[in-house]
Amino acid sequence: MRAERTGESAVRASGPASRTPMAIAHARVDLAFEWLTRIVAACVLLLLAGIIVSLIVSAWPSIERFGFHFLTTSEWNPPMERFGALVPAYGTLVTSIIALLIAVPVSFGIALFLTELSPIWLKRPLGTAIELLAAIPSIVYGMWGLLVFSPLFGEYAQPWLAATLGKLPVIGVLFSGPPIGIGLLCAGIILAIMIIPFIASVMRDVFELTPPMLKESAYGLGATTWEVMSGVVLPYTRAGVVGGIMLGLGRALGETMAVTFVIGNTNMLQNFSLFQSGNSVTSALANEFAEASPGLHTAALIELGLILFVITLLVLAASKLLLARLARAEGGAA
Amino acid sequence: MNVRSRRRIVNGLALAASLAAMAFGLAWLVSILWNVISLGIAGMSVSLFTLETPPPGGTGGLGNAIVGSVIMVGLATLIGTPVGILAGVFLAEYGRRSWLGAVTRFVNDMLLSAPSIVIGLFVYAIMVARFGGFSGWAGVLALTLLMLPVVVRTTENMLLLVPNSLREAAIALGAPRYRVIAGVTLRAARAGVITGVLLALARISGETAPLLFTSLSNQFWSIDLAEPMANLPVTIFKFAMSPFEDWQRLAWAGVFLITMGVLVLNIVARTLFKDELKR
Amino acid sequence: MNMHTNGARQASDGIARPFVAQGAAVPPSSVALALRDFNFYYGKFHAIKGVSMEIFQNRVTAFIGPSGCGKSTLLRSLNRMYDLYPDQRAEGQLLFHGDNLLDKGVDLLDLRARIGMVFQKPTPFPMSIYDNVAFGVRMHERLSRAEMDERVEWALTKAALWGEVKSILGRNGASLSGGQQQRLCIARGIAVKPEVLLLDEPTSALDPISTARIEELVTELKSDFTIAIVTHNMQQAARVSDYTAYMYLGELVEYGVTSQIFLKPAKKETEDYITGRFG
Repeated sequence: MRAERTGESAVRASGPASRTPMAIAHARVDLAFEWLTRIVAACVLLLLAGIIVSLIVSAWPSIERFGFHFLTTSEWNPPMERFGALVPAYGTLVTSIIALLIAVPVSFGIALFLTELSPIWLKRPLGTAIELLAAIPSIVYGMWGLLVFSPLFGEYAQPWLAATLGKLPVIGVLFSGPPIGIGLLCAGIILAIMIIPFIASVMRDVFELTPPMLKESAYGLGATTWEVMSGVVLPYTRAGVVGGIMLGLGRALGETMAVTFVIGNTNMLQNFSLFQSGNSVTSALANEFAEASPGLHTAALIELGLILFVITLLVLAASKLLLARLARAEGGAA
Repeated sequence: MNVRSRRRIVNGLALAASLAAMAFGLAWLVSILWNVISLGIAGMSVSLFTLETPPPGGTGGLGNAIVGSVIMVGLATLIGTPVGILAGVFLAEYGRRSWLGAVTRFVNDMLLSAPSIVIGLFVYAIMVARFGGFSGWAGVLALTLLMLPVVVRTTENMLLLVPNSLREAAIALGAPRYRVIAGVTLRAARAGVITGVLLALARISGETAPLLFTSLSNQFWSIDLAEPMANLPVTIFKFAMSPFEDWQRLAWAGVFLITMGVLVLNIVARTLFKDELKR
Repeated sequence: MNMHTNGARQASDGIARPFVAQGAAVPPSSVALALRDFNFYYGKFHAIKGVSMEIFQNRVTAFIGPSGCGKSTLLRSLNRMYDLYPDQRAEGQLLFHGDNLLDKGVDLLDLRARIGMVFQKPTPFPMSIYDNVAFGVRMHERLSRAEMDERVEWALTKAALWGEVKSILGRNGASLSGGQQQRLCIARGIAVKPEVLLLDEPTSALDPISTARIEELVTELKSDFTIAIVTHNMQQAARVSDYTAYMYLGELVEYGVTSQIFLKPAKKETEDYITGRFG
């Protein structure tokens, strides 16, 4: 034992001497690596600032010329160089609202089905299918909407809507006008179909975060599945559910392709009918930007993009803030 | 009607509604997939891959668009992956509590869900408008910027999943920090990080909006990145919006290719991740 | 020394030394590590309060006490693991070969090579068994392939694992059983040839058979290393250690020869804890 010990001390004694250059090299590489990652991270940070600044600079001619009226004017006239964002802003807002009205309840139903009702053997495949569908590029939804959905929608669904909801007072005006398929309502529906898998998989994920103990104790009191869902799971996961919806809204606001194909691309609004063609911020950009004449037209389009960006940033920041506050409140109660 | 039976009925109605929602959601999605697959397979042929995009009424394929997409997506992945991983490493390993870490994390989340068309506008403003017009490079930059936040986010998340005990164990051996990260934590998170890269790749391969005014498109074969470059999504957009039936047929074939590519990438990423978790 | 007072004797210099009875099974040895008025803080929480003690070479020193008494904190301070966490700090002196290890200028990588640590839960790195053992060695020494093979075999033999893994060295470390993983971690720790080995509840996640093997191992390893072990299990402390320190609420209550601590504790608190009246 003693001999071995001396053998080891020999290694140890020679250790520090031979280690020193290695230790110095380690320290240098360590510092270099840390700074490399730090600089790269800082670049990501600068990127956002860069995006906002460059958009403001590029949009400046339009901001300077139209000021706040940009948001309240509906005239969009490139030859006369008169631009107002009311029509595309309205289109973006309306299509997103329609999308959420349809997608939120449907997604909730799907998530409820996947967490509580589905037989075990079906859970995985259905869950995976929903997640895979969330990954399909939006151009697929847009193209399908234009070539397959909108003709059928115009031929069957719109006349029926006009004959039923269209007869009601007040909201009847929303479902009036010629049934041409494409238009604001069609774009809203395609958007809804696109964000359903997205919201549903977020909701499913948060529902599954509920501790089994919590659910079991509610079932143990004789609660029905629905009562457990609405009384225990939903309150417990409220923050995540709201977050999922907000993220879905962010997607709907910024979506280009699913909307551009089916919104009709008209810069005029005659009335409040959802059947008529319109324009969204993103579809206006997609259709006009590459061909826009340099100068005021380009600047006005970039200002549209800037407004969209700021709005999505606000929605996201609000959802994060809300989530943080709800999470803190729940943490405090626990 | 007593309370209990009313509760039963409410429950039954709610569950039926949930079942209906599931059926409603799936019906659309099945219909979309069915159209894409049936019309897409009908459009498959060798010339689809070998010929360039035709004028209306002419014969042709999507060869130049496919090659252009592969080049741009490939380059964007090559640039975006290392940069994204480094930034993710900073967030998870060095900058957990620093202000730079907190701000970068927030900004990255913003970028993650920024509308992709805005990224296109940004690249237009800093590159296309300054340096002589639409080009493949501008498209590559736009796609890189879209990919970056996804890679940063997944790298950070996957590194945070690595238990601290593993870090401590490596540090307790006297390993320098960079060796701990490169040799142990990043390695432990490998499958997750690769999954993230594949998902990001899937995301950018279908992106259309940011390419509309960066790489634009090109009717002809071109692998010169300084010139406008053909790519699948923009070509599909143009062809699908056109009134010509032969163009629409090509668009369906293109959409089929993209959808299959994205689904395959997703499935590969999932299996890879699952296998690694099992080990 | 006085035969009638055993246990933690506060000598005139105020340092706790285990009383070594004449002709006892534990012959005296030289000091490996010495703490002088050692204090530890988590933020504002004062976790260890003015501990002064000595840890002896080639002996097993056990730290026992109820949860939260500071025993793990003390152990983790001995190789400065707390440096990973910005709001943790230590004050006082921790003497090792005449240097105060708490000094700012101490080379942490070297320190941790000389004072190794094994954790509560097995922490195999995501790499082969061979690479797990070689990982730490590669940080500190440049060895030829043959020398490295020899070192890996030596460490695995010491950790009583060689026989079980010699034919599967290329397999992933995580594929071993829990007990084998923990012995792999011990092999990894001793491959660097540290002088001191810190064991933080090394068997708390293991089954009884694996626990018994690790305990045997600890007894064998003390011929080569100085060992400090934190354990929840009092029988374990009694079985493996030469000296035992009992801590409570961040203070060192009693420190002495293990058999005497367990048979005839000097302090009432120690007796209460050992006989299971609390804790």
